[in-house]
Amino acid sequence: MKNRLTDLFERKKNNVLNIYFTAGHPTLNSTVNIIQTLEKNGADIIELGMPYSDPMADGETIQKSSAVALNNGMTLDTLFAQVEEARQTVQIPLIVMGYYNQLIQYGIDRFVARCAAVGIDGMIIPDLPMAIYEKDHKSLFEQYNISHSFLITPQTSDDRIRQADELSSGFIYVVSQSSITGKTGDINKEQEAYFERINAMRLKTPTLIGFGIHDKATKERAFNFANGAIIGSAFIRSVDGANGNIESTIEEFLQGVIG
Amino acid sequence: MNYQVTEEGFYGDFGGSFIPEMLHSNIDKLQRQYIEIMSDASFQKEFRSLLKDYVGRPSPLYFASKLSKELNTNVYLKREDLNHTGAHKINNTIGQILLAKRLGKTRIIAETGAGQHGVATATVCALMGLECVVYMGKIDIARQAPNVARMRMLGARVEPAFSGSQTLKDATNEAIRDWINNPVNTHYIIGSVVGPHPYPDMVARFQSIISEEMKWQLKEHTGKENPDYVVACVGGGSNAAGAFYHFLEDEDVKLVLVEAAGMGIDSGESAATSVLGSKGIIHGSRTLLMQTEDGQIVEPYSISAGLDYPGIGPLHAHLINSKRAMVFSATDTQAIDAAFHLTREEGIIPALETAHAFAILDQVGAKPEETMIVCLSGRGDKDLSTYISYLDGKEVKRH
Ligand SMILES: Cc1ncc(COP(=O)(O)O)c(C=O)c1O
Repeated sequence: MKNRLTDLFERKKNNVLNIYFTAGHPTLNSTVNIIQTLEKNGADIIELGMPYSDPMADGETIQKSSAVALNNGMTLDTLFAQVEEARQTVQIPLIVMGYYNQLIQYGIDRFVARCAAVGIDGMIIPDLPMAIYEKDHKSLFEQYNISHSFLITPQTSDDRIRQADELSSGFIYVVSQSSITGKTGDINKEQEAYFERINAMRLKTPTLIGFGIHDKATKERAFNFANGAIIGSAFIRSVDGANGNIESTIEEFLQGVIG
Repeated sequence: MNYQVTEEGFYGDFGGSFIPEMLHSNIDKLQRQYIEIMSDASFQKEFRSLLKDYVGRPSPLYFASKLSKELNTNVYLKREDLNHTGAHKINNTIGQILLAKRLGKTRIIAETGAGQHGVATATVCALMGLECVVYMGKIDIARQAPNVARMRMLGARVEPAFSGSQTLKDATNEAIRDWINNPVNTHYIIGSVVGPHPYPDMVARFQSIISEEMKWQLKEHTGKENPDYVVACVGGGSNAAGAFYHFLEDEDVKLVLVEAAGMGIDSGESAATSVLGSKGIIHGSRTLLMQTEDGQIVEPYSISAGLDYPGIGPLHAHLINSKRAMVFSATDTQAIDAAFHLTREEGIIPALETAHAFAILDQVGAKPEETMIVCLSGRGDKDLSTYISYLDGKEVKRH
């Protein structure tokens, strides 16, 4: 069974650009169009946010886009249907990001099976502890060939980074700073030292740096230290600011960050 | 049956620590150190001496003769309302501020619903000279204005939470986000027996002073070792956990929880988690919570800001699930009536949260020879404007 995410990292070791957006935002049915437009304009991976009522690790932008999506009537079944539709035309690796409670209520077995059936390649569940994943879910994910990315932060010990390296497939999510999503500052010396510390560990899993990557400059810095970068809130803000044509807004945004 | 937390932080199926990696180092450190720090002799000495001289403990156990006569049983009130700052919340904040200092933290954050936990946190921060930020839902800021003023006078910054239903759940989300942003210098003083392990156990231990005193006070009053019933209102469940703690293994002592039914359990405007909830994860803990089929957390409702929470502490979820505790619920109207009744009969104005516990005493079924202790978790000063709006038509004539 092929996994588009692991395939991608076999082909491409550098400058991997992952774009996050909240599914069902700005409108319920914009998801497929955004996926297609992102693929066409040079994104390498798309991370679909499964909107959650209480996104603990997210800043205002993703809180708001999630609330809008839920108001629009977004559900997990709708998301799966949208991915199924998008998969008729796109080849790009698609991963979903959300909170553990969503999986629990859907039924984890059912959830992972649905992901595999509609063409989702991976998952990021920030509040799923590594120990519980390993004990209860790892074999299920492996059975369906769905990858799972764990997060590491500036506070994560070397031992835990090794554990995340063992348990993650696809990529490791390197949280760029101690913060929730959506910050817009530059990358500072302290962050660079942290990225270098991770590089020096020579992890076997590729790394993508996310949280606070918001423009070309911060993306370039992330590219220097990892296999790629993840842009989320900044992309959502640009979609929010779109007047009229969402395709051209996305095209402009990607031209701006890819250059 | 065992009701103590396991090493991994579980009570039966409930509890644990489901947190993003950003919180891991702080939670891990607490998990490793809380028991050791709390059992240290110098910690205990400082904690006990502050409880005595600063909080004013022991809080009295008062025989409520008129309620007893009316209910044809023996009703004792555990007077947490007489603590400094007016509720049980300060037992926990004294404990946690001492712990935060030993962890080398210089900045304190807290969530609050009714504002009692916020005031209790702002108070200990003033006492210890630490920076204090309290998150509070925008709606609660309006309905508990006196406590907002007290926090500000105590030098705390009160940050409104604008998301969701703008109440306790949302204030908790904001506090968690603050902690993610400030992991190094900040300690998060959670105000109830909720959140990731070790918070439920840590807060229960700090609040366990309530039942520790109940035991010897009841013996002094009656010669009895144990009451037959202990009754407490439950938001997250900290006053209940404290009131139950030393009776958990004594299965003869019946434990009674009272939830907020809001406008009625089936009204769609309620916070009766044990009836309306199902197993899931909220604020880092696996417990009972109100949610949709898709796992979205449902906005609760209660007139009482401190009970207006869609979850319940994992210890209580376990007590309910294993039938160790009975659960009742009281509507807004029943709570208001109970508050007026207690005030008129015993001369005690309770907090709106506490009033819920008094609303169901006649349903408990205590016999004439039996003894019931009600945890009078807080005083009603903060709720006066709500009570005043119900004063019309409640005039009394005494002969
Ligand atoms: C007086 C009083 N009682 C009870 C509560 C509910 O909290 P818990 O269930 O943690 O005791 C509050 C919370 O604000 C309170 O102020």
